[in-house]
This record gives sequence, C-alpha cells and structure tokens, in this order.
Amino acid sequence: MITGVRSRGARLRSTAFGYGNLIPFILFALFPFYFMLITSFKSNAELYSLKSVPLWIQKGVIVDHYRYLFMRTEFFTWIKNSLIISVVATSISLVISILAGYSLARLRFRGVGSFGTAVFITYLVPPTLLFLPLSQVVVWLGVADSIWALIVTYPTFLVPFSTWLLMGYFRTIPREIEECALVDGATRMQTLLRIALPMALPGIVCATLFGFTLTWNEFIYALTFVSQSSQKTAIVGVTADLIRGDIYYWGSLMAGAVLASVPVVACYVFFLDYYVSGLTAGAVKG
Amino acid sequence: MAVGGRVLQAAGVASAGRLARVHAWWEQEHVFGYGLILPAFVLIGCLVAYPFGMALYFSLSDYWVGSPGQFVGLGNYREILGNEVFRQTVANSFLFTAIALTGKTVLGVWLALLLARNLRGKRLLRGAVLLPWVIPTALSTLGWGWMFDSLYSVVNWTGIHLGLIAPPGPNWLGMPNYAMAAVIIVNIWRGLPFFAITVLAGLVSIPREYYEAAEVDGASSFGRFRYVTLPLLKPVLAVVILFSTIFTFNDFNIVYVLTRGGPVNTTHLFATYAYQIGLQGGNLGQGAAISLFMLPTLGLVVFFQLRYIRKE
Repeated sequence: MITGVRSRGARLRSTAFGYGNLIPFILFALFPFYFMLITSFKSNAELYSLKSVPLWIQKGVIVDHYRYLFMRTEFFTWIKNSLIISVVATSISLVISILAGYSLARLRFRGVGSFGTAVFITYLVPPTLLFLPLSQVVVWLGVADSIWALIVTYPTFLVPFSTWLLMGYFRTIPREIEECALVDGATRMQTLLRIALPMALPGIVCATLFGFTLTWNEFIYALTFVSQSSQKTAIVGVTADLIRGDIYYWGSLMAGAVLASVPVVACYVFFLDYYVSGLTAGAVKG
Repeated sequence: MAVGGRVLQAAGVASAGRLARVHAWWEQEHVFGYGLILPAFVLIGCLVAYPFGMALYFSLSDYWVGSPGQFVGLGNYREILGNEVFRQTVANSFLFTAIALTGKTVLGVWLALLLARNLRGKRLLRGAVLLPWVIPTALSTLGWGWMFDSLYSVVNWTGIHLGLIAPPGPNWLGMPNYAMAAVIIVNIWRGLPFFAITVLAGLVSIPREYYEAAEVDGASSFGRFRYVTLPLLKPVLAVVILFSTIFTFNDFNIVYVLTRGGPVNTTHLFATYAYQIGLQGGNLGQGAAISLFMLPTLGLVVFFQLRYIRKE
C-alpha cells in the first residue's frame, strides 16, 4: 500500500508478514469446504471410526454417497425445482427492477425521493419478519406447497435489492446521451431500452448474478412454504429430506451439500469481479 | 412515433388521434416515471406492506394455522413477556449480535488491511476469502454441524492433537455456552467476507498522498492506521456495521440448521423462536408477536442508516 524507498530486506519482511497473517484467514475460510468435500468421498467405516485421522482420506475414495443421492433420493427433482425458481423469479424481478431503477434514478417527478427511500426500507426488511404472514398469503393465492409459492414471494426481496443496485448504475450514465435521443424523436421507452439499458449492462449482469445466488441460496421461505418433497428446492431437500428421523448420514449429506453448491460456485468463479463490485455497490454506493 | 400518429390523424383516422393523445400523455416525464415504478410498488404493496399489516393483525389476535381467531389486544405480547424462553431468546439475540458483530468488524478490518497489501495472487486471495459468503449458508452450516459433531468433531480432534483442547473435548452443540460459541463462530465465518471486501473497497479509495504525508511527518504504521485510515474509513464502516446488524440480528439459517435453538433454548434467536411457536406450534398470533419484537431495534438501525445515506 505504501511505496517509498525501502531496502529489499524490509520489503521481503513485509511480504512475509502479509502472507503469514493471511494464512489463518484463508484456512478458516476454506477448511469447511475442503472438509465437506473429503467427507463426501469417505467410506462410512472411515467416517465413523475414532481411530482414523479426519483431515484427509485414508482408506480410499468412494462414490457410494453420490450414488445413493442419485438413486435413492429426489435430488435431481430438487435441482430442477431450484433452477426453475431461480430463473423465473430472477427474470421477473429483473424486468420490474430495471423499470423502477431507471425511473427512480433518471426521471424527475414529484415524490421520486420518497419512492427511493421506500425501496430502500423494503430492502432492509428481513424475510424473517414476513415469513409468518406470507405463509398464509400463499395459501390464499392457491400456490401453497408448490414451487410457485417461492416464485411469487422471492421477488419481494429481489426487487428492492436489484432496484437499489441498478439505480446506482443508471446514475453513472451521462444524461446528455439520453437527451439527444429524445430530441431526435425517440420515445422514452426506446431511450430506456436502446440507450440506457446497454450502458447499464454491467449493473444488469450484476443484478442477475446476485438474483440467481440469492434465490438459489434462500432458505427460510423455501423451508416454510413447501413441504412435499417433489416441490422442494435443492437447499431444503438436502438439509431436510436427507436426515431421516434424528439420524444424520453425513456422507450423503455432504455429497448433497457439495453438489447443490456447484451452480453458485460455477457462477462465482466465472464472474468473481461482478460479485465484488455488486457487494460493495450495495453498501458503499448508497 | 408522434409523427406517425399525426400523419394518420391527417388521413382522418379518428382512433389514431386518440392513440396519439395517449402517446403524448405517456411521454410526459412524470407519467412515464410513475408508470415505470408501478409494477415494483404493486409488488411491494401486495407482498411486503400488506403481509406486514397482517403480521400486526396476527399479533393482536388469537390466530392459529387454519383458524382465524378473535381480537385479543395486547394479550399475545403480555403472554410472551411472561414467558421464560422468550426472555432467554431476547438475551440470546443481543449477545449473539454483539459478539458476532464485534468479531466481524475487528477481523474484517484486519483482513481488509492485509488484502490491501500489494501481494502476488491478490485476485485469488480475494476470491478465496469471499467464498463463504457465496455458498448457500444452510449447506455450509450443515458442514459446520459435522465439524462440531459430538463424537467425531474434527475441531476437537485437531485441538487435542495440537494440545489446545483437553481430551475428550467439549460436545459443542450439546452444551449451552459452547453451542452459542459455535453459532457465533459460524456467523462470523459467513459474514467476514462481506466486511473484508467492503472495507477493502473503502481502503482502496483513500488517496495515497495522505499516507505519504503521514510518513513524512514520522507517523508509525499504527499511527497511520489510527489517524489516517480509521477516520477515512468511518463512513464505509458505519454503513457496513448497520447493514450487518440487521442481518445478524435476524439470522435464522445458522441457528436452525446447527442447533434448532437448543440445547434447552440457549441459542434461540427471534426468528427461530418465532418459527417454532408460529409454524411448528401453529400459534401464528404469538409467533407474529415474537417476530415483531425485533421491530424497535430494526427501526432504530434503519433510522440511522437512512440518516447516514442522506448525508452522503
């Protein structure tokens, strides 16, 4: 961070200090994933033996836990449900948020400030405050106990978040370009779709990624609004249905946890920079 | 397309004239503006504001799953306040939030300072640090549950072999204080990336000249941190801490998956207790009242948050 004329020894020492202090953090961050991964490939005999070393696989890699997951559970159905819910809920929310975000960031009309504040407050309302009444609302809407209960309710947290995120991106577009388009006879909708939208593309990619991640990872609504196994999401299926009675089958549980994380991790690896910018935009841009 | 409308009007098509008028109306800045936010506000109205009102109504009535009950005034609140478990839940929630937030703030700033150094593999390091935030919390918490297993805990195994824990080691999820510690550790683990990465963004935006000036003035590295970094980081830190307060205070996933509020209710938070009473017990009225007890604290945080953002 600080450059200056320093001796080579001092620089080396500083680098060693940096790495040395980062190692515990990296271990802390990554060890649980490593442990989940090796657990999913260990035999039960090794998992439940007090004599074995738990830190690595000693008695050979086995795929029985994965086979069990594919053959004996509804794992693929859960993954399919999660995919449908994520894609549909994110798409709907994105359309609503692009319209609202553009309006709140760009247009001048009475009350625009208070509407922005309202969106922000909604963004801060935690799902844990609403899950009880929403569990009744989905019954009245006739979508209880199906993936539609989640498709309907997920926009409640996606729209405020994406709108807030997109407002920040729309604000960075120079107003002059849009004004030129309007003067040239484009309608407002055309200006939004053809001028503002392409320029806010990074923001839209970001909102899509976060929408997908948030819906895929959502837990409390998915747990409370859906109880039949064939309609569950991957996360709830793994956490609830793989535990029979009070018995935890750690091998298959960890196999399910690893596989159900794959879609999000894949997105994350490819779009790391978008995640970083979206994370900081949500809190810092304001 | 206004031209098209006018041409049609000149040709004597009456309905086209009306279309042009509608079009001109729609092209007004305020009409267009309200039009665009309409879908969002219908959604927020129907699925956030209305349910919120319902929660208020539930909390004032004797409402059970499947049987709308009668208005009972503040009866639910009175009953809850007299409830031992609820009082325990309140204490848990504040303890949990206070410790987890302190941990995340201190470790987060420290981690951000380390990540801001000009090290090789910076991008990879940041990617690794952010990972716990991306993976579904319920699933990674499940992994932590296995790491804290009563018999085969890898935490205990490692601790014992490093000579840090006396064998056989604690039953983490089965003993009150240890269970709370476990829940807090997992919350810090999962929330640290958000702190570190956001604070890092704040650090990067501090002009380098300030540090150079401080160095010329003979400030030590701690002095630079204390008098340059910290004051300039304050706005970012304030926003991050306020955000995190809300989401820590409302945590559900970690406690539900790791301990279900146990042992003997010592890790229940508002959300998990409301879930137990409202949905598992079916007493929606009381469950709603429990979750609404979060409101004053939340309101306070939101108030500060808004004031802060307005100032910016």
